[in-house]
Amino acid sequence: MEMTCVVCPLGCRLAVERLGGDDISVSGNRCPRGAIYAREELLEPKRSVTATCRTAPPALERGIRRIPCRSSAPFPREKVDGLLSEIYRLEVSLPVRLGQVLISDALGTGIDVVASRSLE
Amino acid sequence: MAAALELDARGKSVAIVEREASLGGILEQCVHAGFGLIHFKEELTGPEFAERFEGRVASSRIEVFCGCTVLGLEPDGEGHALTSASSSLGVLGFKARAVVLAMGCRERNRGNVRIPGSRPAGVYTAGLAQRLVNIDGYVPGKEVVVVGSGDIGLIMARRMSWIGCKVRAVVEILPYPSGLARNIVQCLEDFSIPLYLSHLTTRIYGDRRVEGIEVAPIENGALMAHKSFAIPCDTVLLSVGLVPENELSRGAGVELNPMTNGPWTDSYLMTGVPGVFACGNVLHVHDLVDYAVEEATRAGRFAARWLDGSRPERELRVKAGANVRYIAPAKVEPGRDNKLYLRSMIVKNDAALELRLDGEPLKSYKKAHVQPSEMLTATLGPEDLSGAKPGSVLEIGIA
Repeated sequence: MEMTCVVCPLGCRLAVERLGGDDISVSGNRCPRGAIYAREELLEPKRSVTATCRTAPPALERGIRRIPCRSSAPFPREKVDGLLSEIYRLEVSLPVRLGQVLISDALGTGIDVVASRSLE
Repeated sequence: MAAALELDARGKSVAIVEREASLGGILEQCVHAGFGLIHFKEELTGPEFAERFEGRVASSRIEVFCGCTVLGLEPDGEGHALTSASSSLGVLGFKARAVVLAMGCRERNRGNVRIPGSRPAGVYTAGLAQRLVNIDGYVPGKEVVVVGSGDIGLIMARRMSWIGCKVRAVVEILPYPSGLARNIVQCLEDFSIPLYLSHLTTRIYGDRRVEGIEVAPIENGALMAHKSFAIPCDTVLLSVGLVPENELSRGAGVELNPMTNGPWTDSYLMTGVPGVFACGNVLHVHDLVDYAVEEATRAGRFAARWLDGSRPERELRVKAGANVRYIAPAKVEPGRDNKLYLRSMIVKNDAALELRLDGEPLKSYKKAHVQPSEMLTATLGPEDLSGAKPGSVLEIGIA
């Protein structure tokens, strides 16, 4: 199968073949990171998730309505929708510090959701 | 912030005057990751990137005036006078010996690209929709079509999908996408959003609310009106380019370059008005904040040197050659290292940047891939420019 490497802006076109089991062959990559990407994308695709979540009412009154947040590491792609529902259920009270954990061990992946902005 | 920090580090007294309620500009609403790979060597979200600079500003002597809109800039004796207004401080004047313009850019809108049709509710620029979703917490629609395949449009296609909207299509007039390949993959392919290349949006229809758009393919440069089709939607997001925001500069008598819509500057990033410098998206539209910061740091350094009485010695004019849309700045100083940013007009693999001095080949860099949406850089030092004579012209082309 064909895929586009997304590690850097070059966007190499990769030709990936599954040789059986976890054995794969990759061509078209201009650097070793392409082969690592293709392997992960084929076997266990992950995405970095960024979103915003709701603030608790006192902040709302001050006009601060959303807090930006992110997954602390790339998240298994098939679980992204579930993660987003968790994020949208949150209601965060201020103050919040950058990097503060908002959901720990999200959906049992060991990955946290953290605030990506400090707000008083 | 980067320009102010550099001026502060060089012992100058600095104030930042900001129209928004907080520092950071457009970064605040760019909650996605991808910032800082060059500057911080890690992948940050927009707010994280901004917060690092805010921290540095807070621990400097820089004075910050937020929620304060500069209305006018005019000469005042040896320096400049700025008039600003804010709801908390009223009308506020500033006197400065040097001014660094860093107002950023503005989105092109429906009027700029002249999309025919009715004028229903539901037509937004992609950046406005981004602000509504990420800062104000409103969802602007349910079924979305994105017109234009710039990076903001692609990022918004994903953001809208992630908040439960259905993105019906992305429509691009050019035969290739304007955004990065990685954004095509992560923002469209992941959600099976169709990308119509070489398609023109010929009409927006709907009475009170958008009901859909009509698009028609372009084949060999001709619009195939008989092949047009409709895409039903209730929301149209426009991602059709950015224009530097230079109303203030124009009012101050700064001359603009029609290719970039930003000021003409010399090798010190100084505009035609002595003591007024420009950097970031107000000078030319950057695709990476890392480059904007780099340029702003240089603008701060040059402004500090200019305040100390230093002037560019002897400058060469820089000319955009074959397949180059523009080069900024438009002048270099042969006695030191000069960093230039340029934008390609073509998409090509295994390309070369070719530098010529007065028509004679000087240097050539290989580029694995060039495309208009990815800014190129070149650094030229004294050893490259030793052969320059007064009035020499440096030309950079892409082959």
